[in-house]
Order: sequence, then C-alpha cells, then structure tokens
Amino acid sequence: MNAPPQELLHRTYKEGFHDDIKPIHQVPKGASHEVIDYMCDVKGEPDWMRAFRHRSLDLFHKQPLPDWLPGLRDLDYDAITYYVSPVEKSARKWEDVPEEIRRTYDKLGIAKEEQKLLGGLGAQIDSEMAYHNIQETLAKKGVVFLSCDEGMKQYPEIFREHFAKAIPPEDNKFAALNSAFWSGGSFVYIPKGVKCDVPLSVYFRINAEQFGQFERTLIVVDDDAFCHYVEGCSAPIYTTHSLHAAVVEIFVKDRARCRYTTIQNWSTDVYNLVTKRSFLYKNAVMEWVDGNLGSKRTVKYPSCYMLGEGAHGEVLSLASADKGMWQDAGAKMVFFAPNCTGRINSKSLSGHGGRSSYRGLVQVRNEAKNCRIQVNCDALILDDKSRSDTYPTMEVDGDLVTVEHEASVSNVSEEQLFYLMSRGIKKEDAYSMIVNGFIEPIVKELPMEFAVEINRLINLQMEGSVG
Amino acid sequence: MNETLVIRNLRVSVEDKLILKGVNLTVRKGEVHALMGPNGSGKSTLAYTIMGHPKYTVTGGQILLKGEDIHELGTDERARKGLFLAFQYPCEVPGVRMANFLRLACNGRAGRELDVIEFYDKLEKKMKVLDMDEKFMKRYLNEGFSGGEKKRNEILQMMMLEPEFAVMDETDSGLDIDALKVVSQGVNQLRGPGRGILIITHYERILRYINPDLIHILVDGKIVKSGGPDLAAHLEEHGYDWIVKDQVPA
Ligand SMILES: Nc1ncnc2c1ncn2[C@@H]1O[C@H](COP(=O)(O)OP(=O)(O)OP(=O)(O)O)[C@@H](O)[C@H]1O
Ligand SMILES: [Mg+2]
Repeated sequence: MNAPPQELLHRTYKEGFHDDIKPIHQVPKGASHEVIDYMCDVKGEPDWMRAFRHRSLDLFHKQPLPDWLPGLRDLDYDAITYYVSPVEKSARKWEDVPEEIRRTYDKLGIAKEEQKLLGGLGAQIDSEMAYHNIQETLAKKGVVFLSCDEGMKQYPEIFREHFAKAIPPEDNKFAALNSAFWSGGSFVYIPKGVKCDVPLSVYFRINAEQFGQFERTLIVVDDDAFCHYVEGCSAPIYTTHSLHAAVVEIFVKDRARCRYTTIQNWSTDVYNLVTKRSFLYKNAVMEWVDGNLGSKRTVKYPSCYMLGEGAHGEVLSLASADKGMWQDAGAKMVFFAPNCTGRINSKSLSGHGGRSSYRGLVQVRNEAKNCRIQVNCDALILDDKSRSDTYPTMEVDGDLVTVEHEASVSNVSEEQLFYLMSRGIKKEDAYSMIVNGFIEPIVKELPMEFAVEINRLINLQMEGSVG
Repeated sequence: MNETLVIRNLRVSVEDKLILKGVNLTVRKGEVHALMGPNGSGKSTLAYTIMGHPKYTVTGGQILLKGEDIHELGTDERARKGLFLAFQYPCEVPGVRMANFLRLACNGRAGRELDVIEFYDKLEKKMKVLDMDEKFMKRYLNEGFSGGEKKRNEILQMMMLEPEFAVMDETDSGLDIDALKVVSQGVNQLRGPGRGILIITHYERILRYINPDLIHILVDGKIVKSGGPDLAAHLEEHGYDWIVKDQVPA
C-alpha cells in the first residue's frame, strides 16, 4: 500500500481557536431538572414545553446506549455544561451582534457579505442564535426563517403541529437529551408554492469548553414549495470533550422539495451525535447532502420516511475520518407508501488511523408496493492504520420492490498513481487527484464555496502523504 | 549520442522472476522502431521499466535518456524529461476530469503554468486530428471509455505532451480499421527530427501506415533479431517459430 499521509488535519484546523466571550447565562455542569427550569425561566417558555423537557430528561436517563454503538464510553455527561448563552437575544442586524462574537465570526470568514448570496443567514454561538436574518424579498413571500425558540413564540400552531412529531424523545437517547435541553437552531416555514431558490444558511459555533450544544431545527416545506438549507460548524481545540447533539425534523409536503446540506467540521474534541429525519408526503422530494469532515465521533444517519405515494428520498453522504476520528455515518430509508424511490450514495475516506463506517437501514413496509431503492457505498482507505466497515440492513416486506446494493472498499491504486505520474504529475498531486476524484460525485452536489473548502481540507490531509 | 534513448544490457525481474534477460536497443530522435514478439516475451515489461514502474526491478544494465542514466528518477520526473508511455491497458481514474488532468500534465511538462486559451486551442486541434468529440473533455479520465476510445485518448495525451521519446504499447490492438488510420495519422504527425518512437505491436497492419525504420523481435526477454520492414511481413506469414528455432542455446 502507498505510504500513509503524515501531516494531520487538525494541525492545520484553522477553526481551532477559542475566544474569551463572557456568557450572560451559564448553568452548573450536569444534566439536571434544575437546569431545565432555569432555561425555561430565562427563555420564558410555555408550560407544555417545560413539561416536555422534564419528561425528555427522564427518558434520557432511562434509555440505554444501543449496544451496537461503541466508542462512546468515555463520554462523561456530568462533565458537560448544558446551557451557555453569550447573548440576550438574536440580532437582526449584524451591527447589533456583540462585538466579541462578531470578531469570532470574522475570523471564521462568515462575513456579512455572505448574506448577499444567501436567502438568509443564521449564526449560533454556544446555546443561542446570535444572529438570524432573511432577505426582504423572501420575507415578503411569507418565508419564515427564525431561531427555533422564536419560531415557537411567533408561530405556535405550525410549531406545535410538527415539533417532535418526526423525532419524539422516545426515539433514541440523544434525541431525548436534545429534547430536554434544546436551544437555538432554526425554524423554517416555506408557504405553499413558494420556491426559495437561494439557500438559507446557518453556522454553528461552539466556543465554550466542555459544553453541550443542542440546537433543534424544524423545517416545514408546504405543498409545491422548495427550499435549500445549508449548515456549517466548527469548534475550538481544547483537551476536553464537548458534545453536539442536534435534532433536525423536516416535513416535505405534497410535491414539495427540500435539500439539506451539511458540512460538519467540528474539532476532534467534539462528540457529534445527531438525529435527522424527514417526513415525505405525496410526490415529495428530500435530498440530504451530508459531509462529515471533523469531530471525534460522529453518529448520524439522515433519514427519509416515505409517507406519501410517489415520494423520492436521497442521501448523499461523504465522510472523511482522519486521526482520532470515527465517522459512523450512513442513511435510513423507510417506505410506507407505494411507488416511492430512494437512493443512497455514500463515500468514505479513512486516513492516519481514522475510522469510518457506513451504517444503512432500508425498510420497506408491507403496504409499500412497487418501490425502488438503490444503495451505493464506497470506501477508500489511505493507509494500513485506518479502517472502514459497512453495516447495511435491509428489511423488505412490500411487493415488487427492487433493491440494488453495491459496496466497495479500495486503496489508492498503484496503477492509477503510476498512470497519472507517467504523465509528469507529481506523486502528491496524483494522490490528491485520485482521492478528490473518488469523492467528486458528492462534492459536485455541494455549493461552490463548500466544494472548494472540502478540496482544500482533503489536500491538507494529503500533504506529506506520500514518500 | 545525446539525442538517443539507449537500453543497455537491461535485466529486469518481477516478483523475483527474471523477465528481461539483457535487452539492448538504441532509438535515435527522428527514428521509429517497432518491437514485436510472442505473448509474454517481455514487451510490456520493457515499456513499464522505461517509465519506472515500481513493480519492475532493474537487476542489471542501464537506461540512458540523452546520455543520462535515469535509474534514480521517479516516473513523474521521467515524464517531465520527455519520456512517454502509451499504455496497453490505460486505467480509469473516476472523478478526475479529462480537461483538468491534461492541463496539470501539460503544465508539468512545460515547467510553467500554460496560458489557458493557448492550451484549449491546441487541445481542440489535436482532438480534431483524432476525430474525438469535445465532450470527452468533460468526462472522467478513461471512465466508461470504449477500448478504442481509451487508445485514442493515449495518443491525444502524447500529442499534447510532445514527448522526446515515446513508447506505444499495442496501441493498435482493439482498434477498428478507421480508428487505426486515425491513430496512425496522429503518430505520423508526431514523427519528426525531435522525437523517437518505439511501437510495440503484434500486427504488420499498423506498420504499413507507419513505416518503421527498424523492427526488433523480442523472444523470452531478449532481442533475437532486428531488421527492416520485410521482417514484419515475414512474421505475418511464418509466425515466430522459425526465429525461436534459429536460436542457438546460450
Ligand atoms: N506485474 C507482474 N506480476 C507478475 N508477473 C508479471 C507482471 N508483469 C509481467 N509479468 C510476467 O512477465 C512476463 C512478460 O510479460 P509482459 O506483459 O511484459 O509480456 P508482453 O510481451 O507484453 O506480452 P503481450 O504480448 O501478451 O502483451 C509474463 O510471463 C508475465 O506474466
Ligand atoms: Mg504487453
């Protein structure tokens, strides 16, 4: 096998800095009912939410870790702070964001200019959204883009109708934890027939140490509407651990379409345990584009539940596991209705001893006839120290169902390297061309700036990779 | 002396098996040589070794490019110095676009960033000669190309990189008659005082389009006979048996 990459991603992880930002609210460590009460008081939440949170915390304590999910043993829930808020409220104007937070975002390059290309921009720091704004033209069409907390206050009916309906706290331990301590995230509503062509974008930053970020995102795309939501994230490098346990629920109504793009670039201090699920109604289309480049441990399987006839779900997943990382990514598709289609395309890279696994579940219920599912998962392993596994599960009850499954595991091939080098291309360049080529089918689906960023990151990982 | 590619008493083994057992061959610029020989005689081994494939170990002898022993040079350095190999089985590189690949390769060969417009002009011209659709430039390198398209693509790369010495390993195999003419045309265009070419082939047919100056026969890791174009015609008729029988055991 070709010589392994030597230089490490996090040596050049430029987002690894932290700033001294004084929190306005900070609770004692640990997942307690007192913290929930404190949060509810500060946020001024309705009683039903308070009750929901308390119930969720009980569920969290009751639920065991699934035994197929190793690698979370050294996560100490008591060492974590569950609510840290550096802002009083979410600003509408960038100038109103506290200066020290603006400085952080400047360093991250989430400059105000970006708004020009975007339909809306949100910026969360620790537990709260520091900034959230939407283009005037979209607002006029009735597009709602708020922090999730604001969404609950301003649109209580839509909120209550959908909140925790796709992912109830009973679903899994981390969904329960999020339900207990959720704060921030986005609330998006796209009215019937409105096409929101420009992406709505949100950036999540963890700044505090030994902290848990539990943003909650609820997206409702009404009949015939369209929306593209893009999220990015980063965190400082400490020597301790942080936890990010988000919940994202999406409802794609009749004939509507939603694309949700994630570029996850946490530092290797962060446990990233996220539940993402979409409900698809009649002829709806859902596309998850999921890029996982960082974190210590990621557990995330974006899912599509086909509830309406003729729905189409897609998951494009890219995972890059570098030193100290374990990307347990994949997808889940459940078919409840006839004539639905689904496609999962997963690509993973493992290098410097990193580990990646594809975990996929395809479930076709009895009433789902004539469905078609295509699964492709390919893994590229860059050196002998690294590892990749595939855990596909298929449970098919419906009739006339077509399931295609293809999987491959490979190394950077000596023949390909030799071929490129025989054209005068240097070994490092040839190496990174092959690796970038491998992920190209996913990268080409990403917004331009992300695609460039991913190629840059991958090239950094490759640096000094070849002898 | 300096305008030559010299293979001197070259011995090469693969996985501890000796394949080339002392090959001698000199190609001068301006010349076209053909190398023929039975399957498994070591023709591709010679081609790969010239290009510096890591699997092939040189256990004796030398390869001199314009007087310089290239033993220590990596494959990419050899290419930038003007060596080229058209592969018998070009490999597919998924996700790498033809245009990007060619540009990087040409920049490397030129030793500088080439002007984009200049590059595409040249590319367009060469593709026309080879009767290739420009859509190929947007495709991934060799991925899903037919056998013939892959071979054409090898010649395209050769025309773009303008090597000083090129080895073409069975470029004619698997080509239909029209493609063979097109490819030969490409090769004839490249032929000239600035370039030496070594064509590996099993068939006399391509040699009728490209008249080589000299033909060599490789049998069991050694060049056993060299001669003019009539040698190819003779082979076509009588096969290799007569040469093999002629061999005096060493
Ligand atoms: N990478 C390799 N590993 C093992 N054996 C090899 C390898 N490459 C070549 N050989 C062996 O070396 C010998 C010569 O092979 P080579 O490919 O050079 O023959 P050739 O003359 O090009 O044949 P053909 O006309 O069939 O293309 C064969 O016996 C072959 O099996
Ligand atoms: Mg051969």
